[in-house]
Amino acid sequence: MTLTATGNKDLLRLRLDGELDHHAASGTVRSIEEALRIYVPRALTLDLSGLAFMDSSGIAVILKAQRRACELGASMTIENVPERPRRVLEAAGIDRIVNLI
Amino acid sequence: MKEINSARIEFLSRSANEGFARAAAAVFASQLDPTLDELSDIKTAVSEAVTNCVVHAYPDELGKILVRVRIFEESVLEITVRDWGRGIEDVQKAREPMFTTGGEERSGMGFTIMESFMDKLRVRSLPGRGTTVVMRRTILQREKK
Ligand SMILES: Nc1ncnc2c1ncn2[C@@H]1O[C@H](COP(=O)(O)OP(=O)(O)O)[C@@H](O)[C@H]1O
Ligand SMILES: [Mg+2]
Repeated sequence: MTLTATGNKDLLRLRLDGELDHHAASGTVRSIEEALRIYVPRALTLDLSGLAFMDSSGIAVILKAQRRACELGASMTIENVPERPRRVLEAAGIDRIVNLI
Repeated sequence: MKEINSARIEFLSRSANEGFARAAAAVFASQLDPTLDELSDIKTAVSEAVTNCVVHAYPDELGKILVRVRIFEESVLEITVRDWGRGIEDVQKAREPMFTTGGEERSGMGFTIMESFMDKLRVRSLPGRGTTVVMRRTILQREKK
């Protein structure tokens, strides 16, 4: 799993590449939290276009990112969700509680 | 149902093996000529079941996990994931969406995803003795796809 941060105080974009499973989850959460601490953005976008695999451990990561962003008063949006991770989000009903575009 | 082929792998409950287990199951399933969507569903379900062993069955120790894959007549794929860990008190409750004993690191959606991605899911567990998850999925034949 690699995480690439771009952007500024207005909008922080985090691009996730690789397989987001339980093995990768805690490291990914730490990286997201660190990026939020450094940028303190007004809005956060998770770009999932590079996700080759995701299971329910990834759902927990996304919900945690959303909570952290919310604590900072930032809104969170998820972009470019590939077909297969999208089906996992839909099966879990998470597509209804996060802002997916 | 007549068994056509089977294989088993056993490994330690290290999280690095989650990726190994789902990839191995997918390679075995490939002989049924599944679509990429079917393969992806199988990988996801195996990942959920194996992760549960790593996280819940053996929370404070390394234990043994067994994955058995079998192919039956009419392209039925069966995957069994077994551990000898702490077990589940109330299986029915554990299978409910969003039920988790894992706190905010977990979503409680593992069983829900296994159920929706596979045709059948059976869970047997004895507290203190371990858990066995058996999943089945019929792989559609090419003509019908
Ligand atoms: N192999 C297992 N050993 C012990 N407990 C388990 C096992 N699998 C599942 N459980 C229990 O069932 C609950 C629900 O599992 P699941 O739906 O995968 O959600 P999650 O893993 O996110 O908690 C777990 O929180 C745990 O209490
Ligand atoms: Mg789980």
